[in-house]
Amino acid sequence: MTDAKIILAEHLTKEFPIHRSTRKITALHEVDFSVLKGTLTALIGPDGAGKTTLMRLIAGLMEPSAGQLLVLGMKTQGNEQNIQNRISYMPQRFGLYEDLTIQENMNLYADLHGIDKNVREERFSHLLEMTGLKNFTERQAGKLSGGMKQKLGLACTLVRSPELLLLDEPTVGVDPLSRRELWEILQQLVKEEALSVFVSTAYMEEAALCQEVLVMNAGRLLKRGTPADLCSIAKGRCYKAWPKANMPTRILQTMLLDDKEHVVDAVPEGGAVRFIQQNEKEKPRPELNAEPVEERLEDGFMILLHQDKRKHEKNSLSKKNKIFFSGEYSLSEKVDIEVRDLVRKFGDFTAVANTSFQVHAGEVFGLLGPNGAGKTTTFRMLCGLLPITSGFLRVAGVDLRTARTQARANIGYVAQKFSLYGNLSVRENLLFYGGAYGMASKRLKRRMEEVLEEFQLNGQEDKAAGELPGGFKQRLSMAVALLHEPKILFLDEPTSGIDPLARRDFWRQITVLAAKGTTIIITTHFMEEAEYCDRIMIQDQGKLLAIGAPQEIREKVGTKEAGMNEVFIKIIENARERKRLGEKYDR
Amino acid sequence: MEYIYAFLWRIKWMCQKEMLSTLKDPSTRAILIVPVIVQSILFGYAATYNLEQVPYACVDQSHSRASVDFLAKLDGTKVFYRVETLLNANEIANVIDSGKALMVIHIEPDFASHLEEGERGNIQVITDGRNTMTASVASGYLNRIVDDFNRSWGGNLDAIRLETVTWYNPNLITRWNFLPGLMGLLSLIQVLLLSGLSVAREREQGTFDQLLVTPLSPAEILIGKAVPPLIVGLTQATIVLLICRFWFKIPMAGSIFPLYLTLIIFTLSCTGIGLSISAISSSMQQVMVYSFVLLLPMVLLSGLATPVHNMPYILQILTYADPLRFALESIRRIYLEGCTTVEIAFNFLPMLVVAVLTLPLAGWLFRNKLV
Repeated sequence: MTDAKIILAEHLTKEFPIHRSTRKITALHEVDFSVLKGTLTALIGPDGAGKTTLMRLIAGLMEPSAGQLLVLGMKTQGNEQNIQNRISYMPQRFGLYEDLTIQENMNLYADLHGIDKNVREERFSHLLEMTGLKNFTERQAGKLSGGMKQKLGLACTLVRSPELLLLDEPTVGVDPLSRRELWEILQQLVKEEALSVFVSTAYMEEAALCQEVLVMNAGRLLKRGTPADLCSIAKGRCYKAWPKANMPTRILQTMLLDDKEHVVDAVPEGGAVRFIQQNEKEKPRPELNAEPVEERLEDGFMILLHQDKRKHEKNSLSKKNKIFFSGEYSLSEKVDIEVRDLVRKFGDFTAVANTSFQVHAGEVFGLLGPNGAGKTTTFRMLCGLLPITSGFLRVAGVDLRTARTQARANIGYVAQKFSLYGNLSVRENLLFYGGAYGMASKRLKRRMEEVLEEFQLNGQEDKAAGELPGGFKQRLSMAVALLHEPKILFLDEPTSGIDPLARRDFWRQITVLAAKGTTIIITTHFMEEAEYCDRIMIQDQGKLLAIGAPQEIREKVGTKEAGMNEVFIKIIENARERKRLGEKYDR
Repeated sequence: MEYIYAFLWRIKWMCQKEMLSTLKDPSTRAILIVPVIVQSILFGYAATYNLEQVPYACVDQSHSRASVDFLAKLDGTKVFYRVETLLNANEIANVIDSGKALMVIHIEPDFASHLEEGERGNIQVITDGRNTMTASVASGYLNRIVDDFNRSWGGNLDAIRLETVTWYNPNLITRWNFLPGLMGLLSLIQVLLLSGLSVAREREQGTFDQLLVTPLSPAEILIGKAVPPLIVGLTQATIVLLICRFWFKIPMAGSIFPLYLTLIIFTLSCTGIGLSISAISSSMQQVMVYSFVLLLPMVLLSGLATPVHNMPYILQILTYADPLRFALESIRRIYLEGCTTVEIAFNFLPMLVVAVLTLPLAGWLFRNKLV
């Protein structure tokens, strides 16, 4: 019986001591589960749920604080080397040697694992075939795209045949096409080589491809079951509603989210809003004209998270800022940002190639693309942090790099990484930035109270900013960026690394801000977040592939109601097809 | 007017933030105060050779009563003890070279006859300049013994005169010379690191971008970044000054004003160098490397340990770029000789040039880093 269970956890608990304190952080709390041999099992949960801790415990890199953990039928304590010899673990940031070629990286890992020279050739060609890297073996790992790097990481992890493969978020920040390819490889491995795979992911559609799913939140296991089990939680509760003409979908979505009594969750999707009713017996309000839709794994997941949150936390963002909507919305004539033929090169590498776009006043404009697409580079040029190689660029009528410093008071900026002073307190940070923006004492005091309230930071004023939990940090960054009431707000990947519920709150605030007339430029690698934007621009490898309203782009590609991931995949495929045809034509 | 007000307002916040982030961390606070005290006390004692034993050798070519008397007086002290009695002057080099004796007393054949005739008797004293401090203190002792001897030799205070020759280092640097110099050296190290790390730390943590998108101008950022190291540097110099004055009781000949004027100008130039290093570096590690690469030659060229005018000509020219050289010179002359501002004004010029070049360079580099 235990033979079939490749992982078995009973009351597994892991605690970490807090620096300079006697208290402890509980990363895992009494987790019970098992993983069957030869299955593909997904571990899902928001950031900070304890996914990586669990992975590392299974890999024998840490010892449990309490409870039992059996891997391959052995207790992990005392058998670390034994277990590690028989499993393969690919951490979030896999250690590829960037200066070595694909072939050299694979040779190196084969040497490290002591793979016999005779079996190498066959194994390598199989792996390279499977990962689609066969034609690039002489390319340096550092010059591969994010998706190819992950595939190479997987190939290096699989140079020997493990009994169990552990993958920690292998697809974070990878473009949707590569993600799909990577998952095809995983499914093939389980099917053809009877490999057991335990993989953590933040993407629900990936979890839907697995035989079993574990849902975790804040160190607790919320649910264990097949994807169908998870879907059934939301059975008969999912609907779709369309906004009235001239109403951005995000407004409708916010209104639905605010109706906490009846609605669990709402997300914009394909020009409509998909929402989950609190009660399956209750029909949505008739004026919404909502249609029932089929439930998905994500719906079940969101219901579980909401339940868990209600059980363990009392406060959620105050809804003092009622959403304001005049009933009319149209793109303003006024152009706040204008970019023409923007180019940025680093040496012979082109990070941004010939990009032109305009952002109108009061618009929510999204820059989408996988990691390394050139989003952040474009962004830094707009903010005046990076000189442009060539082209034309105006933000609020000026080039921020050369303009008088006062022009910068028009913009607010939230960087990708938390970039406030960690050793200063929340209050000191706000005071400093208020002072830096030349705000007079009275106004500064009033605004500080307002943003503290708006971003639910009351009571945290005297804590050091660096010691706040992730979600609070993000809110503080927003509070600082909005303190001086800028006309234009730049947000660089604001939603990466925060949990889905916090992401809803975040977009709600953006919706309120946009309704008040703030222009918002935002980058994200979550394709589905495009649905919140008035217009989006899709970049890949520095090139602009598509620009327009999400609905327009969808129609252009010919996938009218598809999710943004599919749209993206389609666009990339079209672009590659065009390039291939172009090359043929050139010949 | 309004513009100036806004300018000062922003600078106030900038400085306040810099001071806060420097002083907030208890370990940084300790680093700012403790090492200065420990180092100056350590240097103070390490640089003091307790003169209880002076090994000496003598060449008595006079063989007179007077010369034997003199040597007996010397041997009678607890400090001097004879390690060798040489037969001729050729052996002197050998004793000094080997370090056997710290000084050699050479009494020439005509010493006694000169004294009899009422003329002045000359005694040649050769000291080892490699051990400068000891050598000069020992000569000081010897002088007192000679005075005693003269008094007992019929009251002619000029009966014997010492002709001191210092071998290997004619420029005697005493402990007194060394300690006030620490004011410059210690604040240089601290200011260079503090200002050097300030921008690099912000670059590493990403806060510098956040700073650059605010309306703060490079000049405002520069001033905000320069003032706190300046204050820290001056505080540290003050600590060293207090230690010199009240712990080691080195009498101060000059006044406070020129001393602090020198220190302010010097710290300003160090801050400029530090901030320029910081602006070209992208990580704190890089700053550490650059700082140490710069510090050693700065100290070597400063004249702290070896006199500048003994250096090769080319190096002497190089010392003009070293603010520490002029700071040391000024501090010593003010502290020990009592020089006034006007007398050392020329020394300010090279330091000011360094500050005027590096500070704007740093400000420009904030936005135009070549990477």
